[in-house]
Amino acid sequence: MDQQTLIYIVVGASFALYLGIAIYCKAGSTREFYVASKGVHPVANGMATAADWMSAASFISMAGLIAFLGYGGSVFLMGWTGGFVLLAMLLAPYLRKFGKFTVPEFLGDRYYSNTARVIGVICLILASLTYVIGQMTGTGVAFSRFLEVSYEMGLSIGMLIVFFYAVMGGMKGITYTQIAQYCVMITAYTVPAVFISLQMTGWALPQIGLGSTLTEQGTFVLDRLDQVLNELGFAEYVAVNEHNRVNMFFYTLSLMIGTAGLPHVIIRFFTVPTVKAARSSAGWALVFIAILYTTAPTVGAMARLNLMETFGTTEATEMVYEERPQWVKNWEQTGLIEFTDKDNDGTITYSSNEEENEVTELNRDIIVLANPEIAMLPDWVIAIVAAGGIASALSTAAGLLLAISSAVSHDLLKGVFKPDISEKSELMAGRISMAASIAVAGYLGFNPPGFAAGTVALAFGLAAASLFPALMFGIFYKKMNKEGAIAGMLAGLTVNLLYVFQHKGIMFVASTSFLGDLDPNWFFGISPNAFGAVGAIVNFIVAMAVCKMTPEPPANIQHIVDDVRVPVGSSLASGGH
Amino acid sequence: MAFQNETLKKQYWRDNLRIIGWLLAVWAFVSFGCGIIFAEALNAIHIGGYPLGFWFAQQGSILTFVVLIFVYAKLMDRLDRKYGVQETEDAK
Repeated sequence: MDQQTLIYIVVGASFALYLGIAIYCKAGSTREFYVASKGVHPVANGMATAADWMSAASFISMAGLIAFLGYGGSVFLMGWTGGFVLLAMLLAPYLRKFGKFTVPEFLGDRYYSNTARVIGVICLILASLTYVIGQMTGTGVAFSRFLEVSYEMGLSIGMLIVFFYAVMGGMKGITYTQIAQYCVMITAYTVPAVFISLQMTGWALPQIGLGSTLTEQGTFVLDRLDQVLNELGFAEYVAVNEHNRVNMFFYTLSLMIGTAGLPHVIIRFFTVPTVKAARSSAGWALVFIAILYTTAPTVGAMARLNLMETFGTTEATEMVYEERPQWVKNWEQTGLIEFTDKDNDGTITYSSNEEENEVTELNRDIIVLANPEIAMLPDWVIAIVAAGGIASALSTAAGLLLAISSAVSHDLLKGVFKPDISEKSELMAGRISMAASIAVAGYLGFNPPGFAAGTVALAFGLAAASLFPALMFGIFYKKMNKEGAIAGMLAGLTVNLLYVFQHKGIMFVASTSFLGDLDPNWFFGISPNAFGAVGAIVNFIVAMAVCKMTPEPPANIQHIVDDVRVPVGSSLASGGH
Repeated sequence: MAFQNETLKKQYWRDNLRIIGWLLAVWAFVSFGCGIIFAEALNAIHIGGYPLGFWFAQQGSILTFVVLIFVYAKLMDRLDRKYGVQETEDAK
C-alpha cells in the first residue's frame, strides 16, 4: 500500500471516530451544551484541556522554533506551561465554585453590572477570534500538506467536521472528541521522538536522550550540536544571551498570564464536578501537556543536528545535490526546503553567511513534519503524524468556538437582551451561534487578515491585559468595585490594541532585537507578546486607582466573594442554575 | 457559611494565601530564577549532557510546575478538611 493511501485511511479513521463520538454525545440541555453537565472526570478533563490548549502551533511549529532558537525557545516552553500553575491556584477552583457557565457571566455578577459582562464578552471574542484564525489556517495547511488537497478544500473539510460535533454536542461532544484527539496527537508526537532518540543515543526516553551521548561519536548531543553550529558560524544552542535577559523575563511572564486568562481554557474547568476536582484536573492537564512539551526540546535539537549532518558540516562532507536523500526530495516539492547552488560545484553549502549559504529556504515546520522521514520510520508513523497535526488544529478550534458561541448565546442573548428566553430556545440559540462562529472563523481562514502573523500574539496580550486582572481582583480583592474593574479592563484592552496596531509593521524588527536570531517570517511577533504583561500592570494600576475614588461594592457582592473562596457553602453563587 | 465564625473564615483564607504564596515563590524561582536570571551561572554545572540552567529552562521548570499543582491540590484538600469545608460526595 502506498503512503498516500495509508494517510487517507488513518486520517479518515480518526474523522470517523470524532463523528462517532459526536453522535453518541448529543447535547440535550444548555447545561450539557455549555459545561457537559459538570460531570467530567478530572483526569478526562485534564486530557481534554491538553488537547484544547495544544494547538497546531504547539504541535507543528514549536519544536521547530526551539530547534532554531535553542535556549531562546525556552520562553514558549516555560510560558505556555507555567500559566497553568497560575490558573490552578488563582482562578480555576474559585471560578468553578462560582458555578456558572461562562467567564463574562462571572464578571457580570461579581461586578454587578451588565457593562462589565459585555466588556468581558468583547475581550473574549477578540481574544478567541484572533486565536481561531491561526487554527483555521493550521487546519488548511495540515490538510494540504498531508492529503495533497488544496488549502481551501482542506479548510472546508475541517470546518465541516468541527461543525458536526460542535453544533450537535456542544461542550459534551467537544470534551470527548478532544480526549480522542489528545490520544491521536500525543502518539503522533512521541513515537517519532522515541525512535529518533533511540537511533541517536540508544535511550528510548527523549527527555533523557537529549542529555546523553551520541552512540556514534561518544560526545554529548548538546555538545556536538554546539560544535557543529560553531563550525557553520551559527549562534551556540545552549548559550544564554546576556542582552535578552530582561526581555525574556517579560516575554515569559506575558505568555504565562495570557495562558491563565484565555477563556477557552478557563471554561474547561467549569465541566468538572467539584472544586477539589478542578484543582487536581489542572495538574492532570499539565501532566498531559508536559509529555509533549518536554519531548519538544529533544525533537528540536536532534532534528536540527540530523539536518545539519545531512547537509554536511565541513567542506569535505558537503551534501552532493544529486545524491540528496529521498526525504529532501519529497519536501523540496512542497517548497519548505529550497537549494540554490550558487557556486555551481554540485554540492550544497549550509552556512550562517548569507553569501555562501546555499540552503535558501528552510522552513522551521520541517523539523516536526519531516521528522519521521528523516528518522526513516515506517509509513504508518507518517500517517499518524498527519492525523495528529489535523487533530491538534481541530481540537483547539472547537474549544475556541465554544467559548465564543456560549458568550454570544448565554451572555449577550440570555444575559443582556432576552433574559426570559426558554431553556429550549437558548439551546437552539447556542447551536445557531456555534454555526455562525464556525462560518466567521472559516471566512477568516479563507481570507486571513494582513496582520495574521501577529494574531496569536494579540490573543495572549488581550487575555493577559484585560481578563486575567479583572478575574483575579474579583476573587482576591473583595473591595474591587465595578468602576475599577471596568476602567482597568478598558485600559488594558486599549493599551494593548493601540500597541499592536501601531506595531504591526515594525513588529519583526523589534523581534530581532529581542532574541537575537529570529527569522522574519515566524508566526509570533515578540513585542506585542511581551506587552501583555505591561498591559496587565496598566490594568492593575488603573483599576486600583479608580476603585479608591469610587464607592465600595454592595454587601451582597462581598458575600459572593466570600462564598467563592470556600469549596462549600450555600450561596447565591452555587444556586443560580 | 460553613464556618463557625468570622475568625475561622479569615484564618482559612489566610492559610490559603500562605500556601499559594509559598508555591508561587517556588514557581518563580525555578522558571524566572533558575531558567532565566541564574541560567548562565548554572550552566557551569552539568547533569549528564545538560547544562543545568538550560535544563531548568527546557525540562526542570515544567516538571516542577506539574509537581507544584499536585502539591497545591493536596495541601488545599488537607486545609479544607481541617476547617470542615471539604465537599461531600454529592456536592456538585
